Amino acid sequence: MSAYVYSVLAIMGINIILAVSLNIISGFCGQFSLGHAAFYGSGAYATAYFAAAGTPVPLALLSGIVVAGLLGLVVGFASLRLRDDFLAVTTIGVSFLFVGFVRKQAWLGAEMGISRIPPSGLGGKDNALLILACALATIAFSLYMNRSWMGFGFRAVGDDENTARTIGVPASQYKLVAFTIGTAIAGLAGGLYAYFTQFIVPDSFGFIVSVTLMAMVVIGGTGSTLGVVAGAIILTLLPELFRFVDNYRLLIFGGLLVLVVRFAPGGLAGLGRSTVQMVRGR
Amino acid sequence: MGWQAVSYFADLAFTGLVFGCMYAMMAVGLTLIYGLLRILHIAHAAVYALGAYVAVIVANATGNIGVGFAAALVVAPIFGMAIYRLLYQPLLEYPPYVAMIASIGLLVFMEDGFRIAFGEQGLTFAHNPYPTRLYDLAGLTINSVQAAIIACTFVCLAALEVFTTHTRIGVAWRAAVSDPRIATSFGVDVIKVRYLIFAIGSALAALGGALIGLLNNFVEPTMGFVVSYKALAIIVLGGLGSLRGTLIASLVLGVVESYGTIFIGKYLDRDAIAFLFLIAVLIMRPRGIGGVKPA
Repeated sequence: MSAYVYSVLAIMGINIILAVSLNIISGFCGQFSLGHAAFYGSGAYATAYFAAAGTPVPLALLSGIVVAGLLGLVVGFASLRLRDDFLAVTTIGVSFLFVGFVRKQAWLGAEMGISRIPPSGLGGKDNALLILACALATIAFSLYMNRSWMGFGFRAVGDDENTARTIGVPASQYKLVAFTIGTAIAGLAGGLYAYFTQFIVPDSFGFIVSVTLMAMVVIGGTGSTLGVVAGAIILTLLPELFRFVDNYRLLIFGGLLVLVVRFAPGGLAGLGRSTVQMVRGR
Repeated sequence: MGWQAVSYFADLAFTGLVFGCMYAMMAVGLTLIYGLLRILHIAHAAVYALGAYVAVIVANATGNIGVGFAAALVVAPIFGMAIYRLLYQPLLEYPPYVAMIASIGLLVFMEDGFRIAFGEQGLTFAHNPYPTRLYDLAGLTINSVQAAIIACTFVCLAALEVFTTHTRIGVAWRAAVSDPRIATSFGVDVIKVRYLIFAIGSALAALGGALIGLLNNFVEPTMGFVVSYKALAIIVLGGLGSLRGTLIASLVLGVVESYGTIFIGKYLDRDAIAFLFLIAVLIMRPRGIGGVKPA
């Protein structure tokens, strides 16, 4: 397979990790976040910073996970009292705040980003395989968690927080745990991305990325791990298919987003469920 | 502190107020729409840019800026009502974030559409004497567009306040906002109220966009992007649904941004300052400055 195929696979793997981790926060636990790119970005910047300073690969990746998770813990803690639209607007703010902050930091390369990230030592192929392995592990973790007692707690909080509290589910703790786990996984995606491109700039982690990730979750079907994986794959491949009309990529992306949401508001998982019901109903 | 410094601070505050007025014109439509439908109408920014584009194109074609503004005030409300009818109405039974994602998609689509249709470098008014027409106001130098922005904002918001408190349609509107079902049983046509709110909100956004286009003598595809998210921040700060809270939050944010850019501009850019302020306020007051509990 060519280098191009491996690079598409790598990006797809990263998007899957990001979308599935966002689904843990938003889909399972009902905290609608439009700031996921900020955690992805902080993971990428932490890994890049330590890698450029000569830290070995596993430690640099770990630093991305830890930094993003800690940031997620702080943001999650600050937004515990916020619900629904207040949370959505606050996380939009986090997205802009991250890019606005990084842009002005000379020690993070400011507008020019970090460009001297050493290679991970794996080739293009093995790098892509490592990313896909991480994506599979994330999917497995998400599926496992959804069936565990904690996943049940998450969904109880997501469905109806007040009722969940009434029956003794510690809603605040669960929301914090979901936010921290989701953002830490996003930090891993960021670290993998940093090693994949060896060059990161603030604009790669802007608000439009947060929106795209949320779109993957909504198009896939909020709360359904496999639906979200399908959403991530589709939204990664579509822009590649439309590469021949590069000038119109955003136009097509925006148009598709409107059409898909307008005609399949329950996402792919919703479409799947209603098809199954139709077949069974007969 | 010398006279120089005082005048510098006053200038900063004034620039902030002008921006704040522009935010208010955007945010009023958003807060009304949120109050009625619980939708965060992000595509409002596209209406704002549309208003500016229609104004500049028609003004350049007819040679009359007044005609350009009139055209913007006709086109934008129609467009706003079309967004409601074609995009939001079918999505009302789903969770509000579904409509929000569709709204973001529409904004991305329109921005790129403007870029492809009218070019990345933007448009300028062919003949625009207003930004250089200066007045002296007790030591402050202001130009005629800044004066117009401030005047328009206060006239429009005062008119809106009178309209909602002193006319039958206005009362019906408030009834529809506070309880659609009971309003319907008292004979209020809730659907008509929705169209009305989209029309008024879009007209205000278009007016704001056209005025900013005139002030900078520059209309570009992405002009609405950041303004829109800031307007969202403002309606949250203002306590969601209150006109007065929205106006106050807009003006305060404009001034905070204006000073912040000077004093902490080295560490954060302008948009980040605005959102830092928003997050700080929300942590202290989770329901915004107004503190009204949403239904």
